[in-house]
Amino acid sequence: MKFTIEVGRYNPEGTYADNAVQGEPYPAPWSSSPPRRYQTYEVDLPEHAVVLDALIAIREYQDESVAVRCACRSAICGSCAMWVNGHANLACKSKLQEFTKDGKTRVESPPSMPVIRDLVWDMKPFWDNHRRVTPWLENKPLPPPMQEYVVSNESMEELIQEVTCISCGCCLMDCESFAVNPDFMGPHALAKAYRYAADPRDAETHERLGEYSQHGGIWDCTHCFECVQQCPKGVEPLEQILKLRRMAVDAGYTRNAGTRHADAFANSVKHSGRLNELTLLPKSVGFFNILGQLQTLPSAFNMIRAGKLPPIIHKTIPGVKRIKAIFDRVGGRFK
Amino acid sequence: MKVAFHPGCVSKGACPELYISATKIAGTLGLELQELTEAPCTGAGVLSEQNPELGDSLNALTLAMAESMGGTLMTICSTCQGVLSSVNHTFEKKPERLEKANQTIQDQGYTYKGGTTVKHLLWLLFEDIGVEKLKSVIKRPLTGLKIAPFYGCYILRPSDSLGLKERPERKTYLEQLIELLGAERVDYTGSGKCCGFPMLTFNRDKSLAMGGNHILEAKEKGADAMVTPCPLCHLNLDGQQPDAALAISRPLETPIFHLPQLLGLAFGFSPEELRLDHHVVSTKKALEKVELKV
Repeated sequence: MKFTIEVGRYNPEGTYADNAVQGEPYPAPWSSSPPRRYQTYEVDLPEHAVVLDALIAIREYQDESVAVRCACRSAICGSCAMWVNGHANLACKSKLQEFTKDGKTRVESPPSMPVIRDLVWDMKPFWDNHRRVTPWLENKPLPPPMQEYVVSNESMEELIQEVTCISCGCCLMDCESFAVNPDFMGPHALAKAYRYAADPRDAETHERLGEYSQHGGIWDCTHCFECVQQCPKGVEPLEQILKLRRMAVDAGYTRNAGTRHADAFANSVKHSGRLNELTLLPKSVGFFNILGQLQTLPSAFNMIRAGKLPPIIHKTIPGVKRIKAIFDRVGGRFK
Repeated sequence: MKVAFHPGCVSKGACPELYISATKIAGTLGLELQELTEAPCTGAGVLSEQNPELGDSLNALTLAMAESMGGTLMTICSTCQGVLSSVNHTFEKKPERLEKANQTIQDQGYTYKGGTTVKHLLWLLFEDIGVEKLKSVIKRPLTGLKIAPFYGCYILRPSDSLGLKERPERKTYLEQLIELLGAERVDYTGSGKCCGFPMLTFNRDKSLAMGGNHILEAKEKGADAMVTPCPLCHLNLDGQQPDAALAISRPLETPIFHLPQLLGLAFGFSPEELRLDHHVVSTKKALEKVELKV
């Protein structure tokens, strides 16, 4: 079966084949990533072939200058993560037929990461952030026990989802928070953080949760589900971040906008069945955060001028008693 | 076609133009809206993330109410759609969660049997109302208007719970619709990305930059306006646009239409009827392209 592959080329020495077509600049926030030159190759492969099969066929039989990183070819090592048609994917797991769009498949290194050459990108931002979450178990300050720690199956079941992470970087390269906020630890690191914080053998869970609640941590995730969508191993990093948020709040780390936001949200729904937008923003920002309150004033003024002010008198939905009863029964700390 | 209708908090709060335009165009499309006036807020993912059982119970109540009214629930908000789809998906995969939620809502006189289909107006247009019906009610094709689609995360991801694996065409409905209404669609990379709204209170500058970048890209690709099926995206892209322009130091001035407003224009409603004169970013220049004044 014939497939057409467009390879995004980047050569730090700046030399390209004549038929490599200059691509458009990447939009913000990736405008500083060099535009790729797209070179088109035709390959003849079985219909079940994957993108990596095509890239290897190109490198072996057509153009040995194409740089591609790969090892296991079985979605285990994570080294062939790249953009396939503009989204993070493992080349070895992406079926060509499925990824053929308008008669072709476009591959390139992600503009969200530093490019080294062609499809090979620098994983430094990935590992730098990974190290920030103390990715190992901290022992209790006691001599090692005479026998191994016994850990229940149930407690490990909670961690299995994250343990399947292969550190390929798919989640980080498409993370929308990381794209605008390089201080954000990233979905890969925070999923790993959950793996250690929730491990019953770890002795510093409380301290970890404090660190993860700081700037750049769990509350800087924008909840866009890109990491859940792009993870090739089903780790669902966002779900692990949400578990960390719950753990952090339960551990008492509540002096942050995220917790204030959730509390104000719950309070409004409990008492009226609906969200009170008029009070949500100031409550989330914090009444004593004068600078934060001032920052929101211009947009509040614009909204008022456009006639988009939420009703001053917040209406309660009929049958709100039901909602209150549900909160009383299962509301936990929102009771 | 009768549908239970969950308008969502924002359409009754800071985006009244969405509720007004949606109820106006429903009649034209032959939709009989039975509003769930007693249904609670979905929690927008915020309540579920802090307390999954609470999220399950509140949304099971809404789904049960819709079930008793025929079983098709229409949303006009990507976020409401995402949360209700996700809860429905969880109940299907983990019946024990449904059972637990039912134990809570049974005291309130409701039981959810798992039979409600939740559909955003955008999906109903293509899957139930149909393209032919839609074409037949277009009175004013939006010829000459260049529109960039903006979906909102929760109507695209995660694809499992939204049924996008079975119906991948759901990822293209906005583009198709723009063309069906006679407008020109603007392709750009930001259409499926995050507007930044969920981060607005936690990290304001980054949230504004996120939304601002997408508007800038759409504008640079020639868009006269953008259209979104999500009022939360609208709050960030329209409501915060002047601040977003400051955050990325670039002029933006790109009006953002709610999905029902774009439909309404093509159906012949006046801009005032659709409250297009109640936006933070003026819709004037875009409307002039289709010879309308506001």
